[in-house]
Amino acid sequence: MAGVLVLFSIALITIYFRESSGGGLHQVQSVGATVLRPFEVAADRVSRPFRDAYGYFAGLVHAKSENGRLRRDLDKWRQEATQNAYAASEKTDLLKKLHFVNSRSFPGGFGFVGADIISQPPTAFAQQVVIAAGSASGIRKFDPVVTGEGLVGTVVRVTHKQSLVALLIDDTTSVVALDVKTRAQGIVKAGSSFDHVGKDQRVEAGDKLVTAGWKLGGLSSIYPPGIPIGQVTAVGQNDVDLYKHVKLQPFADFKTLSSVLVLIPKNR
Amino acid sequence: MIADIAKGAAVLFVAAIVQVTLLSQIDVFYGAPDLVLVTLVAVALLRGTIFGAAAGFGAGLVVDTATLQTLGVSSLLLTIAGYWIGRYGETTGRDRSHAPFVSVAVVTLLYSLGALILHYMLGDPASASRVLLDAFPFELIFNLILTLPVYALCRRLFRPPPTGLEEVRLLG
Repeated sequence: MAGVLVLFSIALITIYFRESSGGGLHQVQSVGATVLRPFEVAADRVSRPFRDAYGYFAGLVHAKSENGRLRRDLDKWRQEATQNAYAASEKTDLLKKLHFVNSRSFPGGFGFVGADIISQPPTAFAQQVVIAAGSASGIRKFDPVVTGEGLVGTVVRVTHKQSLVALLIDDTTSVVALDVKTRAQGIVKAGSSFDHVGKDQRVEAGDKLVTAGWKLGGLSSIYPPGIPIGQVTAVGQNDVDLYKHVKLQPFADFKTLSSVLVLIPKNR
Repeated sequence: MIADIAKGAAVLFVAAIVQVTLLSQIDVFYGAPDLVLVTLVAVALLRGTIFGAAAGFGAGLVVDTATLQTLGVSSLLLTIAGYWIGRYGETTGRDRSHAPFVSVAVVTLLYSLGALILHYMLGDPASASRVLLDAFPFELIFNLILTLPVYALCRRLFRPPPTGLEEVRLLG
């Protein structure tokens, strides 16, 4: 009996792993997730007061002196300041190069879908969350996900009414980013390091990073330019490595995420 | 038997839903309590190999479905865990007061190792140091804290099967 179940599990893994995202097992899982959704939503609603209470007391324990209004104000002004700085630096740069044709506006070309986070995988392997919106809301794979604080991640799987979002701090997430102050460009990996920044480029602690939103011929980044990512916390380099060692702190607080916005291109 | 199956399914279903919606959000150095694993250990200790393996398989399916992860991964690990703990319960562990705690501690370690190996084989980015050094100690502590209430609840729900001692008890 147990042997049969083990073999069946291995067969499930093998088939699931090999089939496309539209395959039979994926469809079954999608239906199953839809069936489980009411239970998850109910559990989420029942537990929310307890979580809020826990969050309140945890905040006291950690001596968080700032109250909610100040934090929201801070997030709002920080985002605005980052976007202004980015817009100013981008404008200067584009003026110099006379490439207004390729000017990037954010978030002009995007609409958004708001969604609650309904479950999180119970493992330390993947920093991914499930949100309560899917293809029925217009969401597609690789749509960027944000909050008022900044970039949260990317949609990596979509079902009819739910989507799986790989967070910025997931090991699989890489984002081409730009230092708004110095225009240094690199790749933010797993939300913790700003890699491939040459030694000749200037990056300082405290600098703010935004999505670069590159475009190359017919290809373009899945992230629109100018979304705040995080702040540089440490910069170092040595004689051996080709690139600087840059650490950063994401703006988004992934431990307290309860809802997100999925950016949807208007021209899709 | 049918009542046991219904109770087992209900308990593990609730555990899985609470796990994916609530407990997974507790994050202390990547460690979080695993209510499904603790509940499975309790059920398997009280009901044996077949029940443990089947319960583990079902609970794994619910977890993988609710979290949209690779179908079968949790089922495989929990099936083996349920069978192994059921075997321990059937042979030596069931009547020992320390059995649930020992079982949870060992299974938490083996489950972490098994999950690490499985994710590595599937090509997922798996950090051994994060799982075994950062997350494991806190996950173990959380799971041991959960063991006492969960085992007590399961013991009330699943009365231990008759041992036959009544028939062989010697008088005088």
